[in-house]
Amino acid sequence: MNTAGLSFEQGPPFSVPLRFFLTAPWFLVLAAVLISWEGPVIFASRWLPSMLALTHLLVLGFMAQTMLGALLQILPVAVGVSVPYPRLTAALIHIPLTLGTLTLVGAFLFSEPVLFAHAVGLLGLGFGVALIAFNIAVWRAPVAGGTVIALRCALIALLVTVLFGLLLASGLSWGWSLPVVMITELHAVWGLAGWTPLLLAGVAYQVVPMFHITPTYPTWLTRSFAPGMTGLFIAWTVLTLAGWPTVAMWVRIALTFGLIVLAIVTLYLFTQRRRKIGDPTLGYWRISMVSLFVGAGLWVLTQWLPALALAPQVELLLGVLLIVGFAIAVINGMLYKIVPFLAWFHLQARFLGQAKVPNMKQLLPDAPIQRQMWGFLATVVLLLAAVIYPIIFTYPAALALGITGAWLGVNMFNVAWFYRRWSRQNALV
Amino acid sequence: MTTVLDYLSAEHRQCDEAFAIAEEAAHTSDLAGCRTHFQQFQAAMERHFQKEEQVLFPTFEEATGNAMGPTRVMRLEHQQMRGTLAGMASALADGDLESYLGDGETLLILMQQHNIKEEQMLYPMSDRFLASVADQVIAALQEFQPEQPV
Repeated sequence: MNTAGLSFEQGPPFSVPLRFFLTAPWFLVLAAVLISWEGPVIFASRWLPSMLALTHLLVLGFMAQTMLGALLQILPVAVGVSVPYPRLTAALIHIPLTLGTLTLVGAFLFSEPVLFAHAVGLLGLGFGVALIAFNIAVWRAPVAGGTVIALRCALIALLVTVLFGLLLASGLSWGWSLPVVMITELHAVWGLAGWTPLLLAGVAYQVVPMFHITPTYPTWLTRSFAPGMTGLFIAWTVLTLAGWPTVAMWVRIALTFGLIVLAIVTLYLFTQRRRKIGDPTLGYWRISMVSLFVGAGLWVLTQWLPALALAPQVELLLGVLLIVGFAIAVINGMLYKIVPFLAWFHLQARFLGQAKVPNMKQLLPDAPIQRQMWGFLATVVLLLAAVIYPIIFTYPAALALGITGAWLGVNMFNVAWFYRRWSRQNALV
Repeated sequence: MTTVLDYLSAEHRQCDEAFAIAEEAAHTSDLAGCRTHFQQFQAAMERHFQKEEQVLFPTFEEATGNAMGPTRVMRLEHQQMRGTLAGMASALADGDLESYLGDGETLLILMQQHNIKEEQMLYPMSDRFLASVADQVIAALQEFQPEQPV
């Protein structure tokens, strides 16, 4: 085994992940603006162009943005291998991803083939760079524990998600005749039930026991969850493409049970935590795991109750639960640990022995985090209500989403601002 | 057979436990209780650091011929944690529990990202490299006495 390339060095410069975390919350605000602009009609169907635009503001603008930014930071810690050329890599992911998301949203809203072509180019570049950089790191990992295995599986799922997405957008741009419904299903399921939970699982194996001081995840889960789920996803995809819907449905039910197991085990671990004091991030984890449990449960029910599957609201409820309730919640919660810690860490490295660096709670106090969390919970509930009673709840839901997104954005910005001001003041001393 | 991974990871969990008890005391404004438990926590941390710095790291460096790699960063992080622990001790001396809790939150993240690196990489690598002398290393870790009373 070669240790020469291993440094365990702290991650990249602060600006590398920070740019993603400062950008992402404003996509929630854009999503709120879009909902207000379109009004209650946006909740008529998941296939409406405006709903597709909204979905991509959330999954690309917020989720992919933060997930890829966090990976640039986390990989050196969790895997022991740094991402090469961190500043350049970050720019080559962040800029195309941000512009590509806006372009794709414009393409949906204006049904403009040229914009779809630009979106394919930009998003293909951003995700392509990310996939190459992250794969180089995870396949060079010196020790393959549960987290490394889950990250490898998550990156496979991201690749499949991106390829189906690029195929769909290319089809819309160049007018190919594709089986759009089937490919969209594959794209959405690989993204929301594959890449996202697999990445979360890899992170959770470390973060839940360590930061909340709980027992560790059982070995059977950390060893088998990610490879098992990936195997099932591949089987489901092949069966779907080969036109065997009945067997594919059973595989899909098995997949859903996998997600339910992850949610239950995580919620159980939280009941066993040794750290008794409350923590806003913990609230976010609970919202996320309950949403995953309810969302996966609803998904299983749709397999058995065809009447339920036909109702357009059910798919939208699933979308709200899995995108906002599950994924955005847990990311939002983790940002409150990652960003103040990194600010402290970089200040501390720079001013060691010269000045007493402000701690995490001085950089970002608990009170605004706690309030933003209640705003977030209200947003999830109002969005679910808006799916069922769009006339009444669409505008309150949009308002809540806009406020909670902007609040997160301000909280993140305040940490960055404090960091900058404090560095300048103390550099002069 | 005990491995380096099992033995030293168990010490991490004991330190976590001690951290949580002291933090809970601070949270309930029990200054005296917090001082007692923090002292135990700080001593457990220092003992663990010294075991690694004086037994595990030198053996690892010798076996791999690499003193500038992983162990150098681990030593640096020990120094960062010692600094943060000293900050918490002085907050307690001033009776400033709010500052103690803020520093504690920061230490927890610093400590756990360090533990992740050790448990995910350094310890499993040590078990692999030290295969032939692993029993001796673990015996040395078990018998280790800290240099200064902590």
